[in-house]
Amino acid sequence: MKTVVIGVIGADVHAVGNKIIEHVLTEHGYNVINIGVLSSQEDFINAAIETDAAAILVSSLYGHGEMDCQYMRENCEEAGLSHIKLYVGGNIVVGKQDFKAVEQRFKKMGFDRVYPPGTSIEDAVAHLREDLGE
Amino acid sequence: MSVQLLVDFGSTYTKLTAIDLEAERIIGTSKAMTTVKTDVLEGFDRALEQLKVSHPDLPEITGVSACSSAAGGLKMAAIGLVEELTVEAAKRACLGAGALVNHVFSHHLSRKEIKQLRQADIDIIMLAGGTDGGNKECILHNARKLKEANLGIPIIVAGNKDAADEIEEIFENSEVEYFIVDNVMPKLKQLQVKDAKNVIRQIFITKIIEAKGIKKAEEKTGEIIMPTPEAVLIAAELLAKGYEDEPGFGELMIIDVGGATTDVHTIGAGYPKRSEVIFKGLQEPFAKRTVEGDLGMRYSANALLSLVSPYEFKQYYHREETKDFEKSVQRRFENVDYLPDDDEEKEFDKAMARICCDYSMSRHVGHVEVVYTPLGNMYYQTGKDLTDIQYVIGTGGVLINHDDAKDILREVNHKSNKKLELRPTDPIFLIDRKYILSAMGLLGQKYPKLALKLMKQHLE
Repeated sequence: MKTVVIGVIGADVHAVGNKIIEHVLTEHGYNVINIGVLSSQEDFINAAIETDAAAILVSSLYGHGEMDCQYMRENCEEAGLSHIKLYVGGNIVVGKQDFKAVEQRFKKMGFDRVYPPGTSIEDAVAHLREDLGE
Repeated sequence: MSVQLLVDFGSTYTKLTAIDLEAERIIGTSKAMTTVKTDVLEGFDRALEQLKVSHPDLPEITGVSACSSAAGGLKMAAIGLVEELTVEAAKRACLGAGALVNHVFSHHLSRKEIKQLRQADIDIIMLAGGTDGGNKECILHNARKLKEANLGIPIIVAGNKDAADEIEEIFENSEVEYFIVDNVMPKLKQLQVKDAKNVIRQIFITKIIEAKGIKKAEEKTGEIIMPTPEAVLIAAELLAKGYEDEPGFGELMIIDVGGATTDVHTIGAGYPKRSEVIFKGLQEPFAKRTVEGDLGMRYSANALLSLVSPYEFKQYYHREETKDFEKSVQRRFENVDYLPDDDEEKEFDKAMARICCDYSMSRHVGHVEVVYTPLGNMYYQTGKDLTDIQYVIGTGGVLINHDDAKDILREVNHKSNKKLELRPTDPIFLIDRKYILSAMGLLGQKYPKLALKLMKQHLE
């Protein structure tokens, strides 16, 4: 069973989507470590180290995600998690922006998968299967 | 008449407390210097003699139980993976079992760290790392390193259960003495220290006591059943929770300002009290103990010099005349038996004790941090919220022997602007004048109700 860490990054307290993600991923057979809302990059990384997670799924709904996710890939590498998959989704930027450009920016930051608002979590499950195997 | 004798082999004194089990009262207490270097029984016999002199009617003793913190107490090293998670969990297991934890290591052990372990004076090593099903690479690496090093120190393995079999294979057929117990952090942020604590106690009883030359005492005292700090924590828990129809005090705190360390014990959940406060970090133990090795009245007095400046010291020293801060501290460090002889020196001791209370509190209690969110201010809470603690009980030489000990204890709610600390706001202060807490922890093993009653009677 693959382990994934999920949570809501930064000063963001949106808890409902977080619970839905936990539910769906668990249903699909993942060992879900949910670190909840108001989580820092450090919280995600520490959780991933101790639980030997294969992926980190970052949620953000309040618009400041782009700031909160800065240097997350570099910080993972610093912590010895160079092979971990990083996904991010939600309202991850300020205002309505062209998603193609947003996706490119986050990919440049080292995220493997970037999701626009309104994505169904099942899409991410399909990508997890593809990226992690099984 | 049945008389239970409770013995505490301390680092300086061997203390006896005699209890009349039928009349439910303390018959008397006595103490004599601990004599570990020659024969530990000399000190014990002297203290018993003294008890018999002051209580000539002392009937025959029908039962004895003992605890010990002599010869440096129980010293442990804690090893884990992430500092805030399994390292902290391992450290809390050690502290909760009454150990002093001066050596703490995270991630992969290096040669340099192995060397430190080899040179350090350690009785037991606690090896953790990884949640159950989580990382096992690190704990396996550390187990291999420890096997190679062959330090001759018992190792308690309390990490990822998935690694247990492989660790057993590593240590099997080697000279390493190892004990595999439940993971101290089986799930992320979940603390589980019971099994680890029990094994620490078992090793303490069977090995450490002997290695420290205290085993001989068992000829007269029967098995020495636990380290003294654990006895205090057990007494605290009993006093807080109550027993059967004898109610307890509710949430409480015990501060023990000693010669070498300041120990703080709290009994209480300490969860966030308001909905906008979010708890962060590892789960807190219900009965929590922290030990500050740099806060003490004598053996560690010199550590105060690097902790507070002479200017800061004046805020704790409530007198007009100035004292040479460094010199006075140094005198206490060099002469650990020193007792203040005039008012000025007594006030100096009080000031040091105030610092011990204030600083140990700052490190023990939880604190909150403001987070500005689009939904308004929210707060992170790390550690325990102890604002509603009802009783703060002081023990240890300096508090027991000072007439105005409660004035020192008031430092517990010293207002600081450093960070938002969750200290007790309006507690009732009590002093353990007769120095009975560790004895009551021992008595409580067999006679919990009586121990509870006596504590309620004698804490004032």
